[in-house]
Amino acid sequence: MESLLVECLKEFKPRIGSSLDDTIATVSSELIVEVGRKLKDDYRTLCDFLRCLSVVDYEDHFQVVYHLYSTQKNHQLVIKSDIPYEDPHIPSVMGVWVGADWYEREGHDLFGIIFDGHPDLTPLILYEGFEGYPGRKSYPLNDYKEW
Amino acid sequence: MTSEPQTGTPGTVDMMMNMGPQHPATHGVFRMVLSIDGERVIDMVPHIGYLHRGSEKLCEHEQYSQIITLFDRLDYIANFNNELVICKATEKLMGLEVPDRAQYIRVILCELNRLASHMLFYGTFGLDAGAMTPIMYGFRERERIQSLFESISGARMMHNFFRIGGIRYDLPEDFNQRITQLLNELQKGAEKADKLLTFNEVFLARTRDVGIISAEDAIAYGLSGPNLRATGVNYDVRKSDPYEVYDRIDFDIPLGDRGDCWDRHYVRMREMYESIKIIRQCLEQISEGPIMAPVRRIARPPAGEVFAHAENPRGDFGVYLVSTGGDKPYRLKMRPPSFCNLMALRHMLRDAYIADAVMILGSLDIVLGEVDR
Repeated sequence: MESLLVECLKEFKPRIGSSLDDTIATVSSELIVEVGRKLKDDYRTLCDFLRCLSVVDYEDHFQVVYHLYSTQKNHQLVIKSDIPYEDPHIPSVMGVWVGADWYEREGHDLFGIIFDGHPDLTPLILYEGFEGYPGRKSYPLNDYKEW
Repeated sequence: MTSEPQTGTPGTVDMMMNMGPQHPATHGVFRMVLSIDGERVIDMVPHIGYLHRGSEKLCEHEQYSQIITLFDRLDYIANFNNELVICKATEKLMGLEVPDRAQYIRVILCELNRLASHMLFYGTFGLDAGAMTPIMYGFRERERIQSLFESISGARMMHNFFRIGGIRYDLPEDFNQRITQLLNELQKGAEKADKLLTFNEVFLARTRDVGIISAEDAIAYGLSGPNLRATGVNYDVRKSDPYEVYDRIDFDIPLGDRGDCWDRHYVRMREMYESIKIIRQCLEQISEGPIMAPVRRIARPPAGEVFAHAENPRGDFGVYLVSTGGDKPYRLKMRPPSFCNLMALRHMLRDAYIADAVMILGSLDIVLGEVDR
C-alpha cells in the first residue's frame, strides 16, 4: 500500500507514514485538490468514496484529514494537510467528492477554516451570528453562556 | 394547460414553503425550505443543527470510559451499535483482544438493535405513506426487543453496557429461553409486517421510482448502509472490513437495483431476516468464557491515531480518534451515516412532488441526534 501511494503521488512529493493499519500521505495544502483528483481517477487507487473529513486543532497549526475509500478496490487511504493557525485557508475538495460539502461547512463553523472555492459557507450546525469557533482548543467548554 | 414547469417564465414566481423544524414527518428537528412551483419541488435548502450538543468537544474532556454514554445519545435508535464503535476504536488503539464470548454477545445485541431500528423504520415509513397499521406492528416487535435489552443491561435505551475490553455483565440466566422465543416471534412479526406493506399496491404506487439516486451519485455523496445498497452497490462494513466475529458467520447482503424509495424499504426488510440468521448462528457458536479482557479501570491508550468503523443500521459509522497518550482523547471526530445520507436529500428532492418529499426523507431513515451531534 505504501509503495503504491509513493508511486501514485510521486509528482506531489508527499510525506508517507502509517498509523496502525492506515497508510498516511501528508501533502501541501495547495495541492490537495490535484492529489484528490489523482487518487480518485488513478486505476490503482480509485478512491471514489470520501469517508470522513476531519479538522484537528494542534494549537500551533490545523490539520485537515481526509479518509478515502475505494468501493471497488476495498482499501482505505488517509491524506493529511497542515495549514497555519492564523488565517487558515485550504482549497475545497467539493469538485472531487461532492459529499465534502457539509464536512467543510462544519469545519468552517467549528474551527473557522476557510475552504476556498466552496459555494456556500453559511453556518450549518451553529446558528447565524454565533461568535467564536467552538471546536478550537482555545474555546472554553464550561464558561459558555448562551443567553 | 401544460405539464412543463413554468420556472423563469414571466408572471410566475417560485413559492417558498417552510417545513419543520417541528413537523412530525421530519423525524426529529430538521427544517427544510422548499421552493416549489405548483406541485413540484425546484430546490430545497436544509437547515440542521437544532440538536447540536457539541458531543465531539465534550468527548475531548471525558475519560474514554465516560465517552461510551455520550455515544448512546448520538443515534438514539441504535445505541449498542454506537457503543461498539467507540469501544472498538479505543481497543484498536490499545491493541486489546476482546474475549470471544464478549464479541459474540456484542454481535447478538447489535443485530437485535438493528432489528429494532428497522422495525421503527418500517412503522414510521408506513405512517409517511399514510398507513396507520405498520407502526403498531413495528412497535410491538420493537417493544419485545427492548424488554430483552432491559433484562440484559437494565435499560431499554441508553444502555451504557459495552466496556473497553468487553461488556459489563454476562447474560442473565433465562436469556437462552427468552431469545429463542423472541427470535421465533420476530421471524413471524417480520414476515407479517412484510406481507402487510411491501407488495401493497398503494404502497408500491407511492414508492416505486420515487426519489431515485444513481449508484455513482450515491457514492459521490458518501451514502452508506441500506440507502447505498438500494442502488446496487455492495458495500457493507461487516463484509468489507469484518469486525468482531462477523467473519465466522454466514450471511447475505441484500441489494436493490433502482435506488428508489421502495428499494430502500425492501433492503431493510430483507436485512431483518439476515439479522435473525446472524443471531441464530451466534447462539450456536457462543461458548462459556470471560467477558472482559484484563484492563485497568482507566484506559490510557498510547499516543497515535485510529479510524474505526462499523455497520450501523443507518450505515457506516466511523470514529477518528487522536490520542496524545492521556486518559482523554485529544480529538474525536465522528462520521455519522445520517449526516451524509441527509446531504444527498437536496439532490434527490429536485423535481420531485411535494407529497413525495415526505416519503423520500422518510426512506432515508435519518436520526437527527447523530446528524447534529
